Amino acid sequence: MSCGRGRTIGWLARLFDNKTFLIFICMLPCLGLLLLFLTYPLGLGVWLAFTDTRIGRAGEFVGLFNYELLFTDRVFWMAVWWTVFYTVAATILKFGLGLWLALLLNHYVPCKSVLRAIILVPWIVPTVLSAIAFWWIYDPQFSIISYVLVDVLGWRDTYIDFLGQPWNARWSLIAANVWRGIPFVAICLLAGLQTISPSLYEAAMIDGASPWQRFWHITFPMLMPILAVVLTFSVIFTFTDFQLVYAITRGGPVNSTHLMATLAFQRAIPGGQLGEGAAIAVAMIPFLVAATFFSYFALARRKWQQGGDDD
Amino acid sequence: MTEAAARPVARALDDAPPPPQTFAPERQGAINWDSLPRRIVTIYTPLICFVIVLLFPFYWMTITALKPNHELYNFRDHNPFWVTSPTLENINRLLFQTDYPTWLMTTMTVAVVATFISVFASVLAAYAIQRLRFKGSQWVGLSIYLAYLVPPSILFIPLATMVFQLGLFDSPMALILTYPTFLIPFCTWLLIGYFKSIPYELEECALIDGASRLQILWKITLPLAVPGLISAGIFAFTLSWNEFIYALAFIQSAENKTVPVAVLTQLVEGDVYHWGSLMAGALLGSIPVAIFYSFFVEYYVSSLTGAVKE
Repeated sequence: MSCGRGRTIGWLARLFDNKTFLIFICMLPCLGLLLLFLTYPLGLGVWLAFTDTRIGRAGEFVGLFNYELLFTDRVFWMAVWWTVFYTVAATILKFGLGLWLALLLNHYVPCKSVLRAIILVPWIVPTVLSAIAFWWIYDPQFSIISYVLVDVLGWRDTYIDFLGQPWNARWSLIAANVWRGIPFVAICLLAGLQTISPSLYEAAMIDGASPWQRFWHITFPMLMPILAVVLTFSVIFTFTDFQLVYAITRGGPVNSTHLMATLAFQRAIPGGQLGEGAAIAVAMIPFLVAATFFSYFALARRKWQQGGDDD
Repeated sequence: MTEAAARPVARALDDAPPPPQTFAPERQGAINWDSLPRRIVTIYTPLICFVIVLLFPFYWMTITALKPNHELYNFRDHNPFWVTSPTLENINRLLFQTDYPTWLMTTMTVAVVATFISVFASVLAAYAIQRLRFKGSQWVGLSIYLAYLVPPSILFIPLATMVFQLGLFDSPMALILTYPTFLIPFCTWLLIGYFKSIPYELEECALIDGASRLQILWKITLPLAVPGLISAGIFAFTLSWNEFIYALAFIQSAENKTVPVAVLTQLVEGDVYHWGSLMAGALLGSIPVAIFYSFFVEYYVSSLTGAVKE
C-alpha cells in the first residue's frame, strides 16, 4: 500500500484521500482481528457455558445446568476461595515489597540504570520457564532452601515438603508469584516516584515532618493515580493466572491449589467438558469487572482531590 | 549515560502540553542527612537482598544445567552452590536427542509473524484514532484499552472450539491468528501515546504541500515514531514468546509445540524428572528473550512506564 502506487493511479489516490474510506481501511485489520478473535469468543464463551458441549460433539442448550452443577461442587468453591486468597495475598506482598524496592531505588544509588535493568529480568523471562526453576527449588529431596535451613543453618531437622502439603504448596505458589510480580510493580512505581517534585519534600522538612509523615502525606497521595492503574493490572493478571500453578503443582495436592483458570482448563481440555469449563471461566468475569471498576473510581477520586487537573 | 538517553523517550510518551518533569536521582531527597553507615543499613543492604533473591532462580537454573548427575543429586559431598566439574551433557542431550531446535524454530516463527501482524494493524489503528479523529474515536480507543484487560484465561475455551472448527487445530497458524488478540490492544495503546507526542503542524505542512494522507503516514509520521514502533515490536515479541495457555490448548503434536509448552510437557517423562535437561531447556528458552531484552532495556523501561502513566 505504498504511496507511489497511489499517485500513478489517479482514482486510487483520490480514494485514499477520502477520509471516511481511509479510516475504514486503517481500522479494518485491528477491529477485524479483535472482533473475530476477542469479542466473538467472549460471547461464544458465555453461550458455551449454557450448553453441554464436549470435545468433538456440538452441545445443546441446557440452561443453568452447568452452574447448578458447579454450585454443589466442592472443588469449584475451593478454587474460588483459593483464587481470591491467592490474589489478595500475592497483591499485598507484591505491592508492599515492590513499593519498598521502588523507594530504595529512588535514592541516589550507583549504577542505577544497571540495577533497574537487572531487576526487570524476572518479569521478562517466560513465566513457565522460571516456574520450572521454582519447581526444582521446591523439590522435596533436593530443595536448596531446605538444604540451607537444615544442613547449613541447622534451623530445622527435616526437609520441607513444599508441594506435598496443601498450605505449603499454597504459600510456595504465592512466593513464586510475588517473585515474578515485584519487578513490574517496582519499576512502574519508580517512574511515578520520579515525577514527584523534591520541593514538596523540602517544604515538608522545613515544617518538621517526620519521614513517615512525608511518606504518608506526600509520596503516597502523589503516587495514587499510577498505583491505581498498576493495581488493576496486577489484580486482573493475578486473578486469571494460569501458568505458575499449572507448571508448579497442576492444581495438586488433591485439587487444593486449583485456581479458577487451571480448573477451567482441567475440566475443558483434558476432561473434554467444554461447557462446564466455559462456565468456570465465565464465573471469573464478575470479579474482573469489579476490579476494573474499583480502579476506575480510585482514579476518579484522585481527579476530584486535585481539582481535576492531573490528567 | 543510558539514564539520560531514556528520558526524552519517556517524556515523549506523555501528553504533549505540560510534560511532567522527571527529576534527576541526585536531586531527590534534597537535604541528605543520612551518613554512609546509615545508608548502608537502610538502603544498600535491603537492595542487595532484593537483587540476590530476584536473580537466584536464574543462577540456580544455570548451575543445575551445567552439573553432571552425580553432583546434582549429592549435596553431602559436593557444595550445591557451585559446580566442580561442569558438563555440557545436559545441553547436548537437549539439542541433539530431543526436538528442541524445532521448538525454538516454531516459537521464533510464531512470535515474529504475530509481532508483524500486530504492529501493522496497531500502527494503522493508532494513526486513525489519534490523527484522523473521527466521531467516536475516543470510544474506539477506550474499547481497545478494555480489550487488553480481557485475559486469555477466559478466552481459550471458546477459541479452542473456533480453532477446531476452522481446521487450524494443532497448527502454528492457530497461534499466529490468536496472539494478536492480546498484542494489538497493547501496541495500539502504546502507539496512540506515541503519535500524540508528534507535532500535528508537521502533518499540516505536508498537507499544504499536497501530500496524500498515506504519504504523510509513510514519510512523516512513521519515521518520527520509530522509537515507538521498536517499543511496540519488542513488547509484542516478548509477549508472544512467553505465551503459554493458547499454545498449551491449541497444539497437540510434539513437533509443533512452542518452547515454554514443550519444556513442560515433553521433557518431563513419567515420574522421572531429568532436572539437568529441564533446567537447560528453561535456560535456553530464556536466553533469546534475555538477549533481546539486554539490547533494548531502555525501550522496555520507558514504554512500560509510559504505558502505565498514559
